[in-house]
Amino acid sequence: MATDLAKRLLEGDRWALTRVLTHVENGYTQGLDELRDLYPRSGRAHVVGITGPTGSGKSTLTGALAREYRKRGSTVGIVAVDPTSPFSHGAILGDRIRMQDLTADPEVFIRSMATRGAMGGLAATTGDVVTVLDAAGKDVVLVETVGAGQDEIDIADTAHTTVVINVPGAGDDMQALKAGILEIADILVVNKADHPAADSVFKQLHIFTDLQRQEGWDVPILRTVAHKEQGITELFDALQHHREYLSESGRLEEMRRHRARRQLLAVAQKMLLERAMGASGGERVEELVDAIAAHKLDPHTAADRLISAG
Amino acid sequence: MAEERKLKVIIAKPGLDGHDRGAKVVARALRDAGFEVVYTGIRQTPEMIAETALQEDADVIGLSILSGAHLELFPRVVDELKKRGMDDVVLFGGGIIPKDDIPQLEKLGFKGIFGPGSSTLDIIEWVKQNAPQRAA
Repeated sequence: MATDLAKRLLEGDRWALTRVLTHVENGYTQGLDELRDLYPRSGRAHVVGITGPTGSGKSTLTGALAREYRKRGSTVGIVAVDPTSPFSHGAILGDRIRMQDLTADPEVFIRSMATRGAMGGLAATTGDVVTVLDAAGKDVVLVETVGAGQDEIDIADTAHTTVVINVPGAGDDMQALKAGILEIADILVVNKADHPAADSVFKQLHIFTDLQRQEGWDVPILRTVAHKEQGITELFDALQHHREYLSESGRLEEMRRHRARRQLLAVAQKMLLERAMGASGGERVEELVDAIAAHKLDPHTAADRLISAG
Repeated sequence: MAEERKLKVIIAKPGLDGHDRGAKVVARALRDAGFEVVYTGIRQTPEMIAETALQEDADVIGLSILSGAHLELFPRVVDELKKRGMDDVVLFGGGIIPKDDIPQLEKLGFKGIFGPGSSTLDIIEWVKQNAPQRAA
């Protein structure tokens, strides 16, 4: 083990855990070293994504679900993502308010993150933060996205199981026909199910799942009233079933390889670009930018020259 | 990659008073100044505040209190932070705090105390000046 903090983290030191999370969240060099030490210890946790529109009850449901996991003796990590202001670049991270009673439990670790400009519903380093909590021995990591509209679907590439929350009164059956967030659901939840309009959402979602089937997995549609803890046991059971389905069907292995490839290529792309920029410096970039803008050189040839120079 | 770190500020309400307009205004002002702000909500025990600071790896904590229990609760927050190894966090306070109590709170580590009528600009400036330049 090359890094002291990673070693202490694995021994259960929560101060080391919080510092490593900070290093990783901010992309520090030492964070990368720590991640190198911790990655081989990750891969055990069930990573569950919780997404849905603003005000649909994601935080309340995440809190209720965490309590259910604790009742069954599982340890829990929670990553709660809130948006960064596009103007001030500040953020209010308020998801913890709905999970206050969990703060006293040493087996629950909640970390808030701001999106810092990322558009997919998560922050750029949310995946690495999940890896660290996983390596720290959390049995389940719940990842709560920002309030999602139709297209914030990065969570499906981070979680093993994605729960999409719907609420009554948010549009007609046309919404269920559109592409996007409903398609990434492994489990659909109608929260605030004690609302009179809940039945119609429930029916629309049934029409949606009838039209769009996942091979080998029937997407369940569950009713919850998160603040009264109703329907949480059923959600917990559905999550367990999905986890079993993933490992028994071979989907989990497939998912791992698919993500490994995507991560490798994404990081390699970033590194290549950094190296090309580093070797030739900003000046070379500006020269090429000038040439493209003046229509003397096309962007493809220019990019080829930039990379070859590196 | 940029090694500049966004500073994380926790705004917390210890004790039993339920008035959090001021805390929310300060949280919002700090957000608008570019900080990442965690607001804990009302009725937090010292343990809950320290635990939140640990889990979030806070740089700065601002405590808002209107009940008059600051001399009782602020030292307990400091103790709970120490227990968790979070002794490098910068502390400030606000709310209804008599002038005579300020020296005692300063000794505890609360270098900024902002009473009624404080300007959010002053608070932002204070946080910017006093926030730790932690190596990592």
